[in-house]
Amino acid sequence: MNGVHDMGGMDGFGKVEPEPNEPMFHTEWEGRVLAMVRAMGAAGAFNIDTSRFYREALPPEVYITSSYYRKWFLGLEDMLVAKGYTTAEEVAAGHAAEPPKPLKHGKFTVDQVERIMVRGKFGRTPSAAAKFKPGDRVRARNINPTTHTRLPRYVRGHVGVVELNLGCSVYPDTAANEAGENPQWLYTVVFDGAELWGPDADPTVKVSVDAFEPYLELA
Amino acid sequence: MELRVRALETILSEKGYIDPAALDAIVQAYETKIGPHNGAQVVARAWSDPAFKQALLADATKAVSRLGHVSRVGDHLVAVENTPQRHNMVVCTLCSCYPWEMLGLPPVWYKAAPYRSRAVKDPRGVLADFGVSVPKETEIRVWDSTAETRFLVLPMRPKGTEGWSEAQLAEIVTRDSMIGTGFPKTPGAPS
Repeated sequence: MNGVHDMGGMDGFGKVEPEPNEPMFHTEWEGRVLAMVRAMGAAGAFNIDTSRFYREALPPEVYITSSYYRKWFLGLEDMLVAKGYTTAEEVAAGHAAEPPKPLKHGKFTVDQVERIMVRGKFGRTPSAAAKFKPGDRVRARNINPTTHTRLPRYVRGHVGVVELNLGCSVYPDTAANEAGENPQWLYTVVFDGAELWGPDADPTVKVSVDAFEPYLELA
Repeated sequence: MELRVRALETILSEKGYIDPAALDAIVQAYETKIGPHNGAQVVARAWSDPAFKQALLADATKAVSRLGHVSRVGDHLVAVENTPQRHNMVVCTLCSCYPWEMLGLPPVWYKAAPYRSRAVKDPRGVLADFGVSVPKETEIRVWDSTAETRFLVLPMRPKGTEGWSEAQLAEIVTRDSMIGTGFPKTPGAPS
């Protein structure tokens, strides 16, 4: 979706302001939100792409004005209600009232914590040969799905060069909608600054994105 | 927010989806097990051991997994090397993708709009916000983490560190130097 989350190239947000000696969590609830998202994801309530989509789908004014973990919390709440793991009434009451919906992987317990501290694997067996190879000139397609995609707006329609073939991987565009992993080849594609930002761009800048094969066509 | 978060946790617990003790354990694991010290060990090894550096740049997942003392990274880690000709910088314009196992949880600025919006369009301006300047002829390469690949910048080894042990070297590797928004600490400078 063409949401406010797709920020690459936007102006007006001001300076980057690093916080000296930043703590890992600024309040205790931030840690609880992170833990709930990880636990419910590991229990099978949703996949990582779905959780990203629910954060992107927050109203733009909410997205822009919320802290990171507030976005995580609001996205989690919306997602759990939408998928039937809780109800709006339960959320309002702060207590369970309905019977639980079975989780694909069952209750999340202490013995599973170690497992989730290692990243999941997203590589999958390809069903067809890769269409592109390093060195190929490719154009990022001008696609504008209203659903989840990982092709940022700032590269759409622009021509770059395939630099790496990263293997075949779960396709977020379908995984986020629970329409299957639909594995696709994934490439690092590098663009000249001037291709993306015009002739006045800094000539020393190059930007790459990781692009799934359906995002690309030979240029 | 605190009350809303507690309410949702109560619901998830009452429904039998999660054990609250497991949430405690997750928070504790993030607070103790991951952090930039992991990435710093990898960088220090790469500075000390040319064969490891070569393996790291060829397949970072495999190379790091072979280091016993660094926590396992799962798949899809790519290491990119800074040189006098090229400075690398990592961003996630769409959300907050970041090599957690190597660097810990990302700082607020990495997840916030100013960095995500400008890093791909005006990386030198962003570096200036960090007080960092890269020679004007050096290529700036920005890696936008739009898929599950995670990028670790291998900074240049500072002069004046000849003969240092890996432990000494790891001390000067900063988190920001592995994102590409900073440099390692200068040897001998007050920290």
